[in-house]
Amino acid sequence: MKSNYLNQYLVNLIFILLACASIFPFVLLIMASFTDQKVIINSGYSLFPEDFSLDAYKYLLKSFSSIMHAYGLTVIITVVGTVLGLAISTMLAYPLSRNDMPLRKVLSFLVLFTLLFNGGLVPTYLMYTEYFHIKNTIWALILPGLLTNGFYILLVRSFFSTSIPAAIIESAYIDGAAEFKIFYRIVLPLSMPILATIGLMLGISYWNDWFNGLIYVTNSDLFSIQNLLNRMINDIQFIQSNSSFVSAQQAESIPSESVRMAIAVIGIIPILVAYPFFQKFFVKGLTLGAVKG
Amino acid sequence: MNTKIEVLQQRVPVFKKAGKVNQAWKTIKRYRALLLMILPGMIYLIINNYLPMFGVVIAFKDINYRKGIFGSEWTGLKNFEFLFKTSDAWVITRNTILYNGFFILINLALAVAVAILLNEMRNRFLSRFYQSVILLPYLISMVIVAYLGLAMLNVENGFLNRHILPLLGLDPISWYTEPKYWPFILTIVNVWKQVGYLCIIFLAAIVGIDNEYYEAAMLDGANKWQQIRKITIPLLTPIITIMAILSIGRIFYSDFGLFYQVPLNSGILQPTTDVIDTYVYRSLITLGDVGMSSAAGFYQSVVGLVLVLISNLIIRRKSPDQALF
Repeated sequence: MKSNYLNQYLVNLIFILLACASIFPFVLLIMASFTDQKVIINSGYSLFPEDFSLDAYKYLLKSFSSIMHAYGLTVIITVVGTVLGLAISTMLAYPLSRNDMPLRKVLSFLVLFTLLFNGGLVPTYLMYTEYFHIKNTIWALILPGLLTNGFYILLVRSFFSTSIPAAIIESAYIDGAAEFKIFYRIVLPLSMPILATIGLMLGISYWNDWFNGLIYVTNSDLFSIQNLLNRMINDIQFIQSNSSFVSAQQAESIPSESVRMAIAVIGIIPILVAYPFFQKFFVKGLTLGAVKG
Repeated sequence: MNTKIEVLQQRVPVFKKAGKVNQAWKTIKRYRALLLMILPGMIYLIINNYLPMFGVVIAFKDINYRKGIFGSEWTGLKNFEFLFKTSDAWVITRNTILYNGFFILINLALAVAVAILLNEMRNRFLSRFYQSVILLPYLISMVIVAYLGLAMLNVENGFLNRHILPLLGLDPISWYTEPKYWPFILTIVNVWKQVGYLCIIFLAAIVGIDNEYYEAAMLDGANKWQQIRKITIPLLTPIITIMAILSIGRIFYSDFGLFYQVPLNSGILQPTTDVIDTYVYRSLITLGDVGMSSAAGFYQSVVGLVLVLISNLIIRRKSPDQALF
């Protein structure tokens, strides 16, 4: 029988092209970080720079403390945010998954409704700054993204109600286990796949978050790595469009292009390194979300 | 499932008129642990999501920080009058709908095509490898994407101006000051970032198609192209429709990062890069114009809600399982 596949050379060729298009900008970025500043200025960004140089990374080592500060802060908010977010969303999802929970429908709808309507940026911003005073505190980087997406809660809820047999919970209850104990001794250990997936999504969204820092943080001590990068790119824009007003000293304080690219490389390294390990969970999470959406 | 309901219902006494309070108290006591568990999440949702919903009344007020949000004077529709008197309202609405509408079309088409091709890969290892590579852009923050964009588009030393345009015999282009190129640039960036993610969803649907259809088609002598057209695509249509309707429901909301970071927040580019989200952000944070930004935000929330409700209604008619409510 004739093979039921398209010509494999053709398919491979298409995917090699797509893969190249996907990673090309990253390669350009990484190459630029290993290029001498003068070479970038004279001959532009290139895949095969004329001169290989570690200057950018040496510079980073020298200004280690400020970059490490932002890096460390990003790690802290990612870990704290992910753990807190995971705890709160699973604790919210579990009772909603129990058929016997009173007011279960109403409470589920309260979660669902947050997906349909939101007050938008202005009321949220004013509430957080005028009433909760989180501006320029570390909470500004953690709180607004805690339950990024009510959708995750619904996802965990449906996992609990379809994958954890009610009989197990029931028998544990009859044996006299307290609800909370049932939750963390039985339900959570049985739900590792979904916990890993949601934790991963939360972790990535915290690591990549620059929006909260942009609107709530002006103090550079509280810049995450993304905000540091964001600030640098804005400064360059500002200098390019207002070159006549900017003093030479100000212009000098801006890191060179290769240094900026090196910081960007540092910013994506954790994701690149962890990616092969979490890819399986990630794909699973995406498909789960789509099917149940 | 049924056993669970039955067993547990026996424990929950049915409410009777007499002693209703007593019974409610018993229920609370029985479920106090579960109620306690949902407390942090519910408090969070009330603060983070529900309070700002009531806060949309700001759009009808003249905010005075000393009097507080709820103490400020009502101004009726004045903020909206200001907003809709300017040409801004029209420009941002047009940009938002055209961009997002076009993104929906092109993303869905490309994602389905890539998913079908991925499924054609005989080598499972390579297939997974390609899938991982094209998903990579999805995992990167928009700030980094802005850096990647700058490396490509920088006027003096960007890759395009230095290497590609000279190759084609073209003059360098000042990308960041020419609004006319941005619809293309933003579309390309959006496709680059999103298609890898969307195609995973469609791939899962394709893998789920029963192989018997294809075997039967092959026995009847259908070639690959016919199989794709007559089996794969028709069987994918429900999920494509759902994804399209869901996206149309959110057409009033843009990817803020894409429109803010990638054009480097450049004022010159605003005619073709400004969308409702960037407008609200700029009016609030840069210009400090609470009235204008809250009016635009209210406009977005309300039209957005109506669109979500309509799209959900359509989905509920077509396939009730996929409906949100």
